[in-house]
Amino acid sequence: MQESAHMAHEVAVQSVSYLRWIPLLPLLGAAINGVGGAWIQKKFGKTVVGSIACAMPLLGFVLSLRAFFQLLGLDPAQRILLDTVFPWIYVGNLAVDVAFQVDPLSSVMILIITGVGGLIHVYSTAYMHDEPAYWRYFAYLNLFTFAMLTLVLGDNLLLMFVGWEGVGLCSYALIGFWYSEWANASAGSKAFIVNRVGDFGFMCATFLLFWSLADAGHPTLVFREITQFAPLLENQVFWGVGTVTLITLLMFVGATGKSAQIPLYVWLPDAMAGPTPVSALIHAATMVTAGVYMIARLNILFDMAPTTGTVIATVGAATAFFAATIGTTQFDIKKVLAYSTVSQLGFMFIAMGVGAYATGVFHLMTHAFFKACLFLGSGSVIHAMHHEQDMRKMGGLKKWMPYTYATYLLSTLAIAGIPPFSGFFSKDEILWKAFSGGHQVVWFVAVCAAAMTAFYMFRSVYMTFEGESRADEHTRHHLHESPMAMVVPLVILAALATFSGFLNVPHALFGAARFDAWLAPVLQHGGHAAHHDVEVIEYILMIFSVAVAAGGIWVARAMYQTKTLKPDWLVDAFGGKLYRTVYNKYYVDEAYDATVIRGTMGLASISSWFDSWIVDGIVNGSAWVVRMISQAHGLIDHYIVDGAVNGVATITSFVGGRVRRLQTGNINAYLFVVVLAVVGVMMARIW
Amino acid sequence: MMEIGLNHFLAVSVLVFLAGFFCVLTRRNAIGILMGVELILNSANINYVAFARYSSTQYDGQIFAVFVIMLAAAEAAIGLAIVLGIYQTFHTIDVDATDSLRL
Repeated sequence: MQESAHMAHEVAVQSVSYLRWIPLLPLLGAAINGVGGAWIQKKFGKTVVGSIACAMPLLGFVLSLRAFFQLLGLDPAQRILLDTVFPWIYVGNLAVDVAFQVDPLSSVMILIITGVGGLIHVYSTAYMHDEPAYWRYFAYLNLFTFAMLTLVLGDNLLLMFVGWEGVGLCSYALIGFWYSEWANASAGSKAFIVNRVGDFGFMCATFLLFWSLADAGHPTLVFREITQFAPLLENQVFWGVGTVTLITLLMFVGATGKSAQIPLYVWLPDAMAGPTPVSALIHAATMVTAGVYMIARLNILFDMAPTTGTVIATVGAATAFFAATIGTTQFDIKKVLAYSTVSQLGFMFIAMGVGAYATGVFHLMTHAFFKACLFLGSGSVIHAMHHEQDMRKMGGLKKWMPYTYATYLLSTLAIAGIPPFSGFFSKDEILWKAFSGGHQVVWFVAVCAAAMTAFYMFRSVYMTFEGESRADEHTRHHLHESPMAMVVPLVILAALATFSGFLNVPHALFGAARFDAWLAPVLQHGGHAAHHDVEVIEYILMIFSVAVAAGGIWVARAMYQTKTLKPDWLVDAFGGKLYRTVYNKYYVDEAYDATVIRGTMGLASISSWFDSWIVDGIVNGSAWVVRMISQAHGLIDHYIVDGAVNGVATITSFVGGRVRRLQTGNINAYLFVVVLAVVGVMMARIW
Repeated sequence: MMEIGLNHFLAVSVLVFLAGFFCVLTRRNAIGILMGVELILNSANINYVAFARYSSTQYDGQIFAVFVIMLAAAEAAIGLAIVLGIYQTFHTIDVDATDSLRL
């Protein structure tokens, strides 16, 4: 009976059985290092631990390539590979399998996760070399890879949610990796709690989607079937709002948590407390893009809800802008990159909001390359500077670290949107899609954000690598280029950051938009992906955005290299208030502290007051009544009963003295007695 | 491959129960004991769901399991709050050291 529901997938899929190993290998690595890592590290050394951990994502990368080429050999409409591992939840009309699915969209994601992830594993072997809990680090890292792969490979919303929660958990564990310092542990908790707020939205959306599909007669959580049956929800209304609009808005709440958008972005800058390769892998290349992936995966629903699209584009533009302004004022090199990540994620959400899903995913990919490279570059700098992260104490590092400098510079050019680097193609396409979709305000805000991006990224280049060294004598003496295991991933990522843009040269530049075409079977429902005529205005906007980026770079150069412009006039503008507000991140953390956290604390103290006055009052009052009655009793007792009782009391006291030894106060002992009693009763029943 | 039936689920349930039970009996750390209790609750859940799957067409077993999960969550929240309270009073969560209820 239940098997028939299981077989009812109508889309033609090709069954394969190797896909499961893509997520399972990292899980195996996590199990080996998590359970036996301490022993392996002591017995065979860190190299073995590191090799096991690196082998898993790299093998996964090979399998991902295999899946990619198999997809390539199929007809575009048939490009779905499915690996059903086992039936998972079959209750009532809910039927969910543990099944992994590769289609063009997830093939891009798994190549990024295993490819970039594998490079970051290799990098970590050198970066974390002095860490005593080496094995624990790699166990978490592998577990994260497993969770992220489950998120993108799951063929249904529930399995995706397992990955969604799994990456949150690993992110928490890795942010707080050096948990003995209070700030790190609390940054981990903050990330976890803020993410939970978003996850609540995700869960509500899942429930609502399942219910409304069940109402329409097709209860399912499998993506292929959601795509098939979503049009049935067209006219459904829930609490006076279109059901699809409500579902997608709730989904977007989930995405704002995971992908650090306003209002839930606050955890990402604090997440920099974790080791730098973790920031590169989780908080730049993979996990934070989960929200973007989820929207692309459910694009059919988002296409049916134009209101949600407007909300997403607006929130994305606002996030891109505000995060960029904060980025211009930070001095911690990792904080600059963190705000830049928030800002770039905002760009991806602009693309998602205006229905340019393929463009958003393309920016996701190029961003994964250049931002991972930037983070690893900053890690290389921090490694050389003995864990100094303040850019005011750096400067002139290009003399000591030529490879780090070159790769960092290439990636900075990519993120600034200078042609022909990858960021130019992806970011410019987003700007164009926003403009041509009729969102001129969003476009304008995004261009401003792009200009600031160019400015603060080159500011970081100039402050870190150019000019005179501001490091102290001791640090300068020890400056060195990082080892090969760190340089090689940097070089590969920089090459990808430089050239990956050519995968998707737009028609306006006489390209074939291959990346868009590759994703078209998954995202074909979006009308916006259709060909548009090349217009003159597209060229004008393109030149304009490059000019704006160049302007940002020029200002950064004037302020921090040639010193012809003084940053002070900006700092002092509006009596310094504006600068202080931005430098303090618009006091958002303080605002949350004053409202949400104080609110919770306030509720707790009200409850506490209620408990100690009202509840305790009732309890004490009834106790007082009882005492009064007892005193009355006592009088009778004392004179009449006592004599008779004293004899009994002596006996009782004697027995009590013996029995009270049972009252050890030890839970284990009590439980042991409970167990003995249960066994005794069972024995009695059996006989 | 061997067909998986009711007895396999019951065997898993017994193993989980024994693991939880052993944990509760031997741990001296209060959080460890709480984790053992969770295991015991989950072994009961496995039983509920397995019996529901193999012996009736109704969902009562699953519904019970959902209730147990919910109760377990509430229990964990309260249990952890108590552990925190114990830690603040005794500066340890070793249950052997917190026996001041004894006479």
